[in-house]
Amino acid sequence: MAELKRDKTGRILFTKEMKQEYTILCPQMAEIHFSLIINVFRNCGYNMVLLKNDGPNVVHEGLKYVHNDTCYPALLVIGQFMDALKSGKYDLDRTALIITQTGGGCRASNYIHLLRKALRRAGMENIPVISLNLSGLESNPGFSLTLPMLRRLVAGLVYGDLLMLLDNQVKPYELKKGESAALVQKWIAELTSQFSRNEGYSLKQQKGNLEKIAAEFAAIPVHRVPKIRVGIVGEIFVKYSSLGNNQLEQFLAEQDCEVNVPGLLNFMLFKVDNRMEDIKLYGGSSVKFRVVKAMMDYLMKMQELLIAAVKTQPCFEAPLNYPHTKALVKDVIGYGNKMGEGWLLTAEMLELVECGFENIVCTQPFGCLPNHICGKGMIRRIKEIDDRANIVPIDYDPSATRVNQENRIKLMLAVARESLKQRTEKQATTA
Amino acid sequence: MRIGLDVGSTTIKCVVLDDDNQIVYQSYERHFSQITEKMAELLHKIQAEVLNGAPAYLSVSGSAGMGIAQTCDLPFIQEVYATRVAMGKLIPDADVIIELGGEDAKILFLTGGTEVRMNGSCAGGTGAFIDQMATLLHLSLEEMNELAAQHEKIYTIASRCGVFAKSDVQPLLNQGARKSDISASIFAAVANQTIAGLAQGRPIRGKVIYLGGPLTFLSELRQSFDTALKVQGVCPENSLYYVAMGAAFSSENAVDLGTALTNIEAYCGKSNFLSIPSLFRDEQEYREFQERHQSCRAKRGEISQYNGKAYLGVDAGSTTVKAVVLGEDGELLDSIYQSNSGNPVPIIREYLMNLYRQYPNLTICSSAVTGYGEELLKNAFNLDYGIVETMAHFTAAKYFMPNVDFVIDIGGQDMKCFKIRNGAVDNIFLNEACSSGCGSFLQTFANTLGYDIADFARKGLFAKRPVDLGSRCTVFMNSSVKQAQKDGATTEDISAGLSVSVVKNAIYKVIRAASAEELGTNIVVQGGTFLNDAVLRVFEKELGVNVIRPDISGLMGAFGAALYAKSRAKGTSTLLPYEELRDFTHEVKVATCGLCSNHCRLTINNFGGNRRFIGGNRCEKPVTRQQGGPALDMYTYKLDLLQSYRPVPGPRGKIGIPMGLNFYELLPFWHSFWTSLGFEVIPSPLSTRSLYLNGQHTIPSDTVCFPAKLMHGHIEALLRQGIDTIFYPCMSYNIDEGLGDNHYNCPVVAYYPEVLSANVEELKQKTFIHDYVGIHRKRDFPIKMHQILNQYFSGISLHEVQKAAKAAYEEYDKYFAQVHKEGERIIEEAERLHKPIIVLSGRPYHLDPEINHGINKLITSLGAAVISEDVISNRVEKFRTGVLNQWTYHSRLYAAAKYIGTRADMNLVQLVSFGCGVDAITTDEVREILEAEGKIYTQIKIDEITNLGAVKIRLRSLFAALEQ
Repeated sequence: MAELKRDKTGRILFTKEMKQEYTILCPQMAEIHFSLIINVFRNCGYNMVLLKNDGPNVVHEGLKYVHNDTCYPALLVIGQFMDALKSGKYDLDRTALIITQTGGGCRASNYIHLLRKALRRAGMENIPVISLNLSGLESNPGFSLTLPMLRRLVAGLVYGDLLMLLDNQVKPYELKKGESAALVQKWIAELTSQFSRNEGYSLKQQKGNLEKIAAEFAAIPVHRVPKIRVGIVGEIFVKYSSLGNNQLEQFLAEQDCEVNVPGLLNFMLFKVDNRMEDIKLYGGSSVKFRVVKAMMDYLMKMQELLIAAVKTQPCFEAPLNYPHTKALVKDVIGYGNKMGEGWLLTAEMLELVECGFENIVCTQPFGCLPNHICGKGMIRRIKEIDDRANIVPIDYDPSATRVNQENRIKLMLAVARESLKQRTEKQATTA
Repeated sequence: MRIGLDVGSTTIKCVVLDDDNQIVYQSYERHFSQITEKMAELLHKIQAEVLNGAPAYLSVSGSAGMGIAQTCDLPFIQEVYATRVAMGKLIPDADVIIELGGEDAKILFLTGGTEVRMNGSCAGGTGAFIDQMATLLHLSLEEMNELAAQHEKIYTIASRCGVFAKSDVQPLLNQGARKSDISASIFAAVANQTIAGLAQGRPIRGKVIYLGGPLTFLSELRQSFDTALKVQGVCPENSLYYVAMGAAFSSENAVDLGTALTNIEAYCGKSNFLSIPSLFRDEQEYREFQERHQSCRAKRGEISQYNGKAYLGVDAGSTTVKAVVLGEDGELLDSIYQSNSGNPVPIIREYLMNLYRQYPNLTICSSAVTGYGEELLKNAFNLDYGIVETMAHFTAAKYFMPNVDFVIDIGGQDMKCFKIRNGAVDNIFLNEACSSGCGSFLQTFANTLGYDIADFARKGLFAKRPVDLGSRCTVFMNSSVKQAQKDGATTEDISAGLSVSVVKNAIYKVIRAASAEELGTNIVVQGGTFLNDAVLRVFEKELGVNVIRPDISGLMGAFGAALYAKSRAKGTSTLLPYEELRDFTHEVKVATCGLCSNHCRLTINNFGGNRRFIGGNRCEKPVTRQQGGPALDMYTYKLDLLQSYRPVPGPRGKIGIPMGLNFYELLPFWHSFWTSLGFEVIPSPLSTRSLYLNGQHTIPSDTVCFPAKLMHGHIEALLRQGIDTIFYPCMSYNIDEGLGDNHYNCPVVAYYPEVLSANVEELKQKTFIHDYVGIHRKRDFPIKMHQILNQYFSGISLHEVQKAAKAAYEEYDKYFAQVHKEGERIIEEAERLHKPIIVLSGRPYHLDPEINHGINKLITSLGAAVISEDVISNRVEKFRTGVLNQWTYHSRLYAAAKYIGTRADMNLVQLVSFGCGVDAITTDEVREILEAEGKIYTQIKIDEITNLGAVKIRLRSLFAALEQ
């Protein structure tokens, strides 16, 4: 069995032996994306498992081990880990955890430490925790993000973004319920199998796959009628995680809406771009700037690939590219606003309004610090720019009740329904 | 005909419209959460009495209507939207609608861009809140309204949530403030809260319409809104029924009544709520439990036969007053436990007079008082001693269990827990103002559901499926309970569930323990709430240990006070004799203290003789009328130092600076920077309550911390002074002091200028310089700043900026040098005088007296010296913390905590602003650092308004623990 090793600060390291013997648990966030990228790790020799446990005990464990004023995502992620570790499903002497760490100025950079505290309090301090980050924050001999791995992860994200995007555009209109969802599953399986053969990563294969995906979604028979179009933005965890947002997407689907959840790629671009913005604003190394710029260019190329694939099918609406999104907030909020989702959150709202998704649910954990600024703080300005914007901010936390949240969303939808009706009537009279 | 039902959180409103849209029937009644039953009853009645066989269609609206509509498959229309529909038909020229409901507050802007706003998930200031306050004041709503009309004075009360306001109102009551003034203050608070929370920068003017129960029934509440808005609002006919009418009007896809009734009746609770195991398996298990707890009894004596020395202990709690009389052997001779009805003075007077009259053989030799009303009663009746609550409870607990190592007391409104280490109170946990799931919380729910508390609690004992309600505060709990009821939970299940949530709140939120071992092995529980067997049972189950509950659990504070009095008895007591009690008078006057900038609202109690008591003061000035010697107070020093940065007229014009957040530390820097460039720097004035209120209408997020919200007031103040250029830079990074892994500002400090820029309309016409600035890169700063300045001004050369930057950095260093020097002087002086030193730590902006509420003065008045964390944070080397140490201000906290470990005479008190997300992380870490060094950690949560009573308990307990 792998020996426990510590670095000089006393942190338990994830060793090379552990890579052979240990199961790594990964928390759930964006379902489609995470199902895909988990495979990238597996193919690189990590025995990684995506956690799917939810339910009240996740929240309960979170409340027990995390300071209750800490943001809800921390509480859920740690709750999900603790619930899994206590489930008896995993051999605790052969289990490690992985969690992302952004290194930004928001509380999220501290999740890993809160997780370690929780493990200590539960008497599981010997479980190694791997930090997944691009800032070189904590290193482990048995875990490294190599350049090829990074490229594969990015490929996973691109596929994820496309599947999510098309599913959202088709699902509300499909004639046979469930067809779109089935296609998503089919492609997750297909890509998983390609990944295991080391396929699906090259530029050419990616292009082929992306276009094929678009074509297959376009082939699903649909009946398009005017529906309320709702965008979801917000703090990244509650935006994507159905556990975090009380199944928001499902609720909106039940209310007969077409949903648009902006993809993860923009968030990646934003995080990388921040390093360049820092240098522009405050000064810094030009070498670093060039390295970051190369990364940036690569990601933008990936995004163009995705957009081009969507555009092969005229029935779909392609997302706007990052430079366009970024330009939307010029003179609205500063590019130096980088903690949490920063200016990107404001930009996504403006982008959604521009694309006809003027009805927006802005999700955030109760007391989310960055969102006081770039979410709730910017709603007024967005309305000034485009008065069609119909935005409802919703707070999520362990005891915010679903009824309260849904009631507020329904208010937003009532206003949306009215303007949809007016618009349809107007079109009918002009037609 | 069309029927509109508005099912709200507490009431059902119903209207029936005929085909000409005329109201033929309307009703308004409370549903006591029996929603479906009430709906069915109501609809049957309508069918029988109103319709006479005519066809009718139905739509449902209202906050509780949504769930019902869903489960019963009825058409639903969102209530705010319904209001708008009704208004469009009935008062088409309305501009703004303000509607208060049981738990919701809404503002609708109808003209100039329709907008609808609804309170967020954390917001009191609604009908339920007013109800709670009325209960607290022992008034009916009508009485409250009548009294409010006679008010003379408005106190500031937080109405963010009921729990908060309670902690403002209770001390006012305890200090003897008039109910008329309090009632009016509550209404004013509601008006402020609604406007601040919902208007978010949009002016409310034109034809304003008031709707909903509270605004319909309470004329004084309308008056408060009129005053706050400076308009004359209208409360139209049928103001209660707009939502119901809106539902009726818009019954496009309404169902016919017959179908609706069938659906409603077919619906019976689906019991799909989350539940936890029953508290007791069976009666047998409950009996064993009872027997075990009955064995812990206090010794009793027969008062009528008692002859000799006796000792009096009084506990004037937040909602109840307790007194005990002990004999020479500590035997309990007599006791009372009753609600204080807002004023404990007459109750204790009555009790004492009775004692004197009925038992002339009793000689009270010593007496002591504890609790919120300690000082009031001590002064009123000349009691011998006052003792801080924690000490009283510890004394009592020790009597029952000499080796006690943990005491938890859950009273009416507060929760006190403390660990005992080496025979001394060590670590004190008090509930924060926002989470008091205590006795009064259970009581309120019992009342809402129509039970008295004892019956309600008993119901929970054998609940089959106690509801899992989570562990948050009362306001949230309301909606959870409603949800559970809707899902078919019985009163029994809810009762048990509430007990569970009280316990979970205590264990996980207040004490923050993960297991019983963390608490100790010898636990004594007490306080009125533990008299509730369900709560006790849950507590034992949750921790997995058997605990001791003395049979006088509710009297422990008074009992401890009596034991204390007994141990300090000097022979004769100073307690007022019978004659003086008989001629006792009690007059209350209110006044504003003008002796310093805090402007405390004083309540002056005169008791006849020369006895008086002044409440509401933070320091001793109004009592002693003396300025006293110079206090050892870093906070005052720093504030004075910052105030010394006065405007220096310059050729380039004026630059306004909002004095808040990071300017509390960077003013020296920016002042020299701009002054050197030839600008006259005008800082906004010191924060005051009215400065805050002037800016609150532009706050977009009401859950952000108070220091940030204050910035709106400062900007407003600068605008009113006619300043055209305001400087407030965004700063992701602070200066790196080498203490942490990074040197960020928190997101709010870093980016709040963006919020101001986007939400303060008038700033658009001014020059608001809020660019991103990096003073952490000393060499790049002048270059980057030069580029920024050139966007706004012409003719500033790089050389000038470089010179200004040099001056700025030098001034910054000079400021800190002065702070360190004074800090060292205070420390030396305290050492010389053998005074304890309190490191009052937090953020630089906690210097603002409007934010710290004079807590620094409270500490010096208790005999300690006060320094701030930055005085000592440079005395330790960088060390590894258990969390990512990435914020400059917070790194100082960790360093200060570490340093304190090396000093016997220093202790740390951390000020935490409510809503500070970062402090959720720092508080735990600071606590861990201190506890590892064997130090006591004390945290004080502060907000817009802070209950200094609770702060005082905490501080006095700390000092009492230090003395031991």
